[in-house]
Parts: sequence; structure tokens; C-alpha cells
Amino acid sequence: MAEKEWIETLIYTKSGSLTELGTHYCPGCTHGISHRLIAEVIDEMGIREDTIGIAPVGCAVFAYDYFNMDFAEAAHGRAPAMATGLKRVNPDKIVFTYQGDGDLASIGAAEIMHAAGRGENITVIFINNAIYGMTGGQMAPTTLPGQRTTSTPLGRDIEVHGFPLRMCEILSQLDGSAYVVRRSLHNVANIRRAKKAIRQAFEVQRQGLGFSMVELLSSCPTNWGMSADEALTWIEEHMVEAYPLGDYKVSPSIAVTKKDEGR
Amino acid sequence: MAKGRIVVDETLCKGCELCTSVCPKDLIRMAMDRLTPKGYHPAMLVDPDGECTGCAICAVICPDSAITVYRLVPAEKVRTPTA
Repeated sequence: MAEKEWIETLIYTKSGSLTELGTHYCPGCTHGISHRLIAEVIDEMGIREDTIGIAPVGCAVFAYDYFNMDFAEAAHGRAPAMATGLKRVNPDKIVFTYQGDGDLASIGAAEIMHAAGRGENITVIFINNAIYGMTGGQMAPTTLPGQRTTSTPLGRDIEVHGFPLRMCEILSQLDGSAYVVRRSLHNVANIRRAKKAIRQAFEVQRQGLGFSMVELLSSCPTNWGMSADEALTWIEEHMVEAYPLGDYKVSPSIAVTKKDEGR
Repeated sequence: MAKGRIVVDETLCKGCELCTSVCPKDLIRMAMDRLTPKGYHPAMLVDPDGECTGCAICAVICPDSAITVYRLVPAEKVRTPTA
């Protein structure tokens, strides 16, 4: 019997929706993973020419350099407002914002709330790492009780600093939101789930069902003072407990779509 | 002969070591004898017994898309790209 012929095949390479430029993120920062997931979803859907991204203020402020597509830079927290305008003027484009927790849950809390309340047909990728990364690790609205940051060196005291905001729970209460889910990036299985959720969120927008948001629990090894691997373990042990993963709102029309895809 | 192999782009790798922690066969090591242009020790595949299966788990966790994965596939199963 003739020997079996094997061909070396490319299984995985850097997505074409990312530029050749290396990111400025710290080693092990999960911003890179979420960039990659978004780029892969855009590749899979074949919508690179029809997508407009909006970069926030925060660590991801240079996201426009890393995505190989149209990008705009919004003022701090105002990405949903900018996305609203872009989407209303270009209803056939896919518009997404990429925001951190300081951008979305603190200074941009009003914008995100009203964008969701109006049911704007945009997608928000919300990176929750429980800290202000870019400015040096200060307390964010999402910082866990007891968590040490540079502005709460003794740990977040809920009597003084209040409680963390759970954006998925809040936004899922609004009638305008169609798809609001929380995923995590702390291991390979969860990264794969996160990618599916991002895909679903873009599909929701493509079908014009309303506001979609994917919250991704992320790490900040530098400001948490941990190695990259320890930081992922910290997400699993502490953040997932405080921010339970799951689907907070899934529009009934999506449930139908899911069934159709299975056929 | 190994079924798979990875190529690490040393201009992108930042030596975060996440790939070393997830490799099911524990085949990825940090190259302590050299530095990348950014000043990190890059990851590299150390696979003397040809155990790499090309599962791409390292590529899934890599935050910098520095890992390219190749796998040997039987010729009859090679799919021509559709997109």
C-alpha cells in the first residue's frame, strides 16, 4: 500500500482584520485577545469593508492603529453617542464601540444608558478589568470590594467608595437592549465562548434588532501586580464570582435564529 | 514526525508566558538566550519527540497573535479554501 500523503496546512494565523503593527499593551493583557476575537469575527462574517469601529479613551485608545478597517476616536465615554450618529447616517454599516470600564461605566455611564434605552442598533464590546489601566491603576466603578488599587491602597471600602456597578444587569433592564451578555477571557474555553457571543452581537446588529453588548472580564496584570497567568486565575477566582457570566438579555428573535442555524 | 508545529513571530511576542501555561503537551518554553526587539524573551516550541499536534490552543490564548500554527493533514482531507 502506498504511503499516505500528508500536506502541511495552515491552521491559524494572525487575522487579516488586524494590522501588522504590534500592540502597545502590556505582556499578557487580554485586550489583545479581545481585539483578535473581534477581528476574527469580522473576517468570518466578511464585513471588514462595511464595519466602522469606535475607539475609546483608555488603554485601547490606539485601537484604530491595530484594526485594519475604518475607525473613529471618541471623546472619553462618548463612544456610544458617536456610534449612534455613525449608525444613523450609515444604517447599512456595522458600527461597534470598544470601551473599557472607566470609559463605559464611569464617565460614559449616561451615554451607554441612553444609547441602550433608545435601542440604538449598535454593538458595544465592554472590557471589564476592574481597574483604570491607562492612568496607573486607580479604582474604577467596577473595582471589587476589598480590591487594592493605587487610589484605594487599603482595598475598596464599600462604606466610603460604594459598590461596584454591574453594567450587564443594569442594561439588560432597558427595553431597547436586544442582546446583553457577559463572558470572560480567563481560559481557552471561555475565550471561545466569548468569540461566539461577539459573533451573535454582530448578527443582532445586522438584523437590526437593537442594542447589543458583550461584556468581557479581562485582566490587568501590570496594575493588579501579578504575572499574566496569575491574573487570569484571579479573574476566575474573584471576578467571575462578583460578575456572574451568562446571558442577561437575549432578544426572542435571536432564539429563533439560533434554532434556524442548527438546521 | 510531529503532526503540527508553531511559528512564533518574535517581533510580536511579548513573553507573557500564557502559551506555556496552556499547552496540553507542555512543549513551549521561553528562549532565555535571546531577546526580541521589544526586549522580551520570546516563546519557542521545544518538541524533540514530535509531540505537537497543532491543536492551536496556544494561538487561541496568545494576546498578540504572535503564533502561527501548521498541522499535517492527510492529502484527501485537505479542504480548498472557500472564502
